[in-house]
Amino acid sequence: EKLGLGRAATEAEVAAWDLDVFPDGSNLPEGSGDVFTGEEVFAEHCAVCHGDFAEGVGNWPKLAGGEDTLADDDPLKTVGSYWPYLSTTFDYVRRSMPFGNAQSLSNDDVYAIVAYILYSNYLVDDDFTLSKETFLDVDMPNADGFFVDDRPETEYPVFTERCMENCKPGAVEITKTVVFKGDPNAGASADEVETSAPAASDEAAAPAVEDAAPVTVAFDAELAEKGEKVFKKCKACHKVGEGAKNGVGPMLNGVWERAAGTVDGFKYSKPMMAAGEDGLVWNAETLSGYLADPRSYLKGNKMSFAGLKKDADIEAVLEFLKSHSQ
Amino acid sequence: EGDPLITEVQDWAAGLGDGVDATPYGMPIEFEDHVIRRTVEWLTADTISSINFTPIHALDGTITPQGCAFERHHSGAITLRKEDYRLMINGMVDTPLVFTYEDLERFPRVTRTFFLECAANTGMEWAGAQLNGAQYTHGMIHNMEYTGVTLRTLLEEAGLDAAGDLAGKWVYVEGADASSNGRSIPMEKALDDCMIAFKANGEALRMEHGYPVRLVVPGWEGNMWVKWLRRIEVMDKPVESREETSKYTDTMADGTSRKWTWTMDAKSIITSPSPQMPITHGKGPLVITGLAWSGNGAITAVDVSLDGGVTWQEARLAEPGKPMALSRFYLDIDWDGSEMFLQSRAMDDTGYVQPTKAQLREVRGLNSIYHNNGIQTWHVNAEGEANNVEVS
Repeated sequence: EKLGLGRAATEAEVAAWDLDVFPDGSNLPEGSGDVFTGEEVFAEHCAVCHGDFAEGVGNWPKLAGGEDTLADDDPLKTVGSYWPYLSTTFDYVRRSMPFGNAQSLSNDDVYAIVAYILYSNYLVDDDFTLSKETFLDVDMPNADGFFVDDRPETEYPVFTERCMENCKPGAVEITKTVVFKGDPNAGASADEVETSAPAASDEAAAPAVEDAAPVTVAFDAELAEKGEKVFKKCKACHKVGEGAKNGVGPMLNGVWERAAGTVDGFKYSKPMMAAGEDGLVWNAETLSGYLADPRSYLKGNKMSFAGLKKDADIEAVLEFLKSHSQ
Repeated sequence: EGDPLITEVQDWAAGLGDGVDATPYGMPIEFEDHVIRRTVEWLTADTISSINFTPIHALDGTITPQGCAFERHHSGAITLRKEDYRLMINGMVDTPLVFTYEDLERFPRVTRTFFLECAANTGMEWAGAQLNGAQYTHGMIHNMEYTGVTLRTLLEEAGLDAAGDLAGKWVYVEGADASSNGRSIPMEKALDDCMIAFKANGEALRMEHGYPVRLVVPGWEGNMWVKWLRRIEVMDKPVESREETSKYTDTMADGTSRKWTWTMDAKSIITSPSPQMPITHGKGPLVITGLAWSGNGAITAVDVSLDGGVTWQEARLAEPGKPMALSRFYLDIDWDGSEMFLQSRAMDDTGYVQPTKAQLREVRGLNSIYHNNGIQTWHVNAEGEANNVEVS
């Protein structure tokens, strides 16, 4: 029996949220994108994590390669080698990418990115344009590689024996011992950590931020709090606060009044290093300029971020960064 | 003569403790500060899209406190106010509807306890013994008492006549976070026992578990329990989203992959003794304890082996098993101080017996990643230290 709770959804509301695209291409939006455009869009929005050729950076997903590896010991599962439906790629890029700035891409850009990912997997030619009309022309190599869960037939009838006595012949022997003996965060060579200096505990005792600024930077706590919210757009790549480490971008503790390109252990672009050597220091003026339009402020730098459009957002995020430069 | 803790007046017995206003919402006492979620940094690219593990080695009973129940986010735990929360039902329904949080609290309510296990729990162990602790090998699980509304109630409020014959129909569920983590669920399951939950263990859901509203899909892999649930769509076919094609599919030795492997099969783990919980008291009375669960039904029995699976004895269940919820088991022994190869084996009410790792590998090979419910072995030496091993 209906309780009459809730209200009717409007068409605009349904259209705003109902983005899912099906394997048969239904619910695809209007628009199109070609490989050539895709390469540019991909370089701008995706390459920082997925690599210029969709080959992946660090632990971030590889989107290309891996053909004929699925039966290997360590299969490489990419859009090309594993994903059965092209709709999945379109759907996911449109709703969830770029990481940290989801749903910021136009439908044309999504088509273009997907076209480029296909090209990176040698699944289309360089003159290919992806749209509603061409969507089903693309053959996904692993489309037939899946079967519906068959555990009820292959496993459940077999896994029924409850032996209580003499269940194994011969003596029980260890066949494998644990790979990571201690705290798994100590790394692959847990044994080495005990003998090599500095020990993990020494590291923790050392100042977390080697560039702890001698001067205190005054900041507006309320505005900094607003800036923390704006910083959500940044934190997919930049860490800040206690124990912050370099990620896709350098950690930002103490960024205030720091020379550009000088955080230890981060691989900066050449233009960023050069700018730092030429005297670029991060302050209200330089950071405002950089964050408003990262690409044109410093041509050729690595940060793939479109920029903050609102001055108020920039002001707030600067205050937030100040608060982490104490 | 005697223990000074008894014979001498202690500070706490003479002085005063904290007033009732000291901790309006409490944390565990400082001496328990090691009982926390832990992550493994190198498992994922970034902690925002990552996993941590419940400290199951240090807990007892069956309910997992929310504050240490494992987290898995695909684009971070978001901050969403109840006032800003909207839930849409659309697709093949009579009237597409939008509910506010307040609306949800006006539907008839249910309270039910279920485990949530990540499909990748124990996934690292496919290739061999990898991580040293029940927390790391089996800690992607928690068990909570959920309060909310059944999914059936909400679907019926929107009306399912438009969907016609419900056989072969699906619902797609997605979250309000950037990953949206969409999954397709067969209508039969949606109408059977799924819940829209807003409370867990009596209190509001924690942010990291989907505040203010999450989906509960009893017995099925945790990825389907969409957090920050914002939309339910009735469909005549599955979406085949990223989370149900490129991920959460199980690749066999021949390179083909199982899909729609939703159910979490019966599984168990000895939580103590274990690598993080060595025996420190020497020989004599020893409590061996652990957890067992099945996504196919209720746990009927758990067996424990001290000798690596040659002989087994039935453990004692703390209470009769409940469908799709954690069971706690105990085996009380007189430890003679000799080495042990501890194993546990769960049985559920379908007649399923938890398989060995070898049995699983025989069917699936080593590349499945997900759904590893093989029997775990802890090697306990004469000093009482335990290590993760595999045995012949």
